[in-house]
Amino acid sequence: MTSKSFNYLFLGWVVSVIATLGSLFFSEVIGYAPCSLCWYQRIFMYPLVLVLAKGLFPLDQKVYGFSLPLALVGWVFALYHNLLHWNIIPENAAPCRQGVACSTVYIDWLGFVTIPLLSLVAFSMVIILLFLFNRNFTRENSNV
Amino acid sequence: MSNQKKLVAVTAIVLIAVFFVATYLFKDAKVKETEKLVSNNRASLIRDYSPSQGSAMLKVTLVEFLDPECESCAFFHPLVKEILSRYEGRIRYVVRYAPFHPNSKFVIKILSAARLQNQYWETLDLLFKKLPEWGSHHNPQPQLVWTYLPELGLDIERIKVDMNDEGIMKMIDQEIEDGNTFGVRQTPTFFVNGRPLRSFGLQQLEDAIKDALAE
Repeated sequence: MTSKSFNYLFLGWVVSVIATLGSLFFSEVIGYAPCSLCWYQRIFMYPLVLVLAKGLFPLDQKVYGFSLPLALVGWVFALYHNLLHWNIIPENAAPCRQGVACSTVYIDWLGFVTIPLLSLVAFSMVIILLFLFNRNFTRENSNV
Repeated sequence: MSNQKKLVAVTAIVLIAVFFVATYLFKDAKVKETEKLVSNNRASLIRDYSPSQGSAMLKVTLVEFLDPECESCAFFHPLVKEILSRYEGRIRYVVRYAPFHPNSKFVIKILSAARLQNQYWETLDLLFKKLPEWGSHHNPQPQLVWTYLPELGLDIERIKVDMNDEGIMKMIDQEIEDGNTFGVRQTPTFFVNGRPLRSFGLQQLEDAIKDALAE
């Protein structure tokens, strides 16, 4: 039988896979050069694909502790990147002056969906799903 | 295998398959878009001034957007020449420029001046051969180019005058504009009879030429 906690962790893994393949699609297929902030977010998103998958088999609560720090740090980079795009942080304060500017907007769906926003949404979803996983795992295993 | 493992395995396969299908569709659309751009802007693909080998009447025309300071172009150059000599008299070869490196324009100016002395192809061969020396990414030394040119018997003083001709600067601007028209973002970029390569590679280039010759 599939438990709720399994489902939450599984969904978190699906989000990380979609984010990973999506970012690779943008850079390797479409050819958008990733800026340095994009790279930092990639560094924290890509390992989640393997870490979360490992936590599924066997379902292991420890995966929460291993993956949450990655997701939180990635989330902070994503937030920073979005603040830059929303002009809340001026561009010259950004730590990337060579190559592609982090304020470069590659996609702009519906007038507000940009790649950093997709990243922020993905990290947020992973974090929420990890919380739900952790809470349900504790509940399921204390009831038994 | 448990149902959970099956779920994860199937999901992974589906997501990866979606990735590859999307990649295929995107590339396909991209090639079609470029083909359309070429057919709408025929005149911009080959300019009257473009250096070329072979008659304009030949059945197959290979247009290469190259950057004289690009390692990949230098790597491809002898291979392209080898293909051209294998199909000698059957392919027209046209050079266009996509100056993406810091010293590209400087070298294009020299090439254009060498062309006035009828040493264009020899100069291009030599500069590509010596690229590792003068165009190293860590320590580019474009001045070294001047030490190679006497080997070809070029009149250096005349090159230094001719290369600053305003027409050459205009030509370079035109090259950049045409490259942008066709979405040239990497070098070398090949067009065989106006069609871009589906994917980059020597084999793909040769196949495209063979197909065009067989048409």
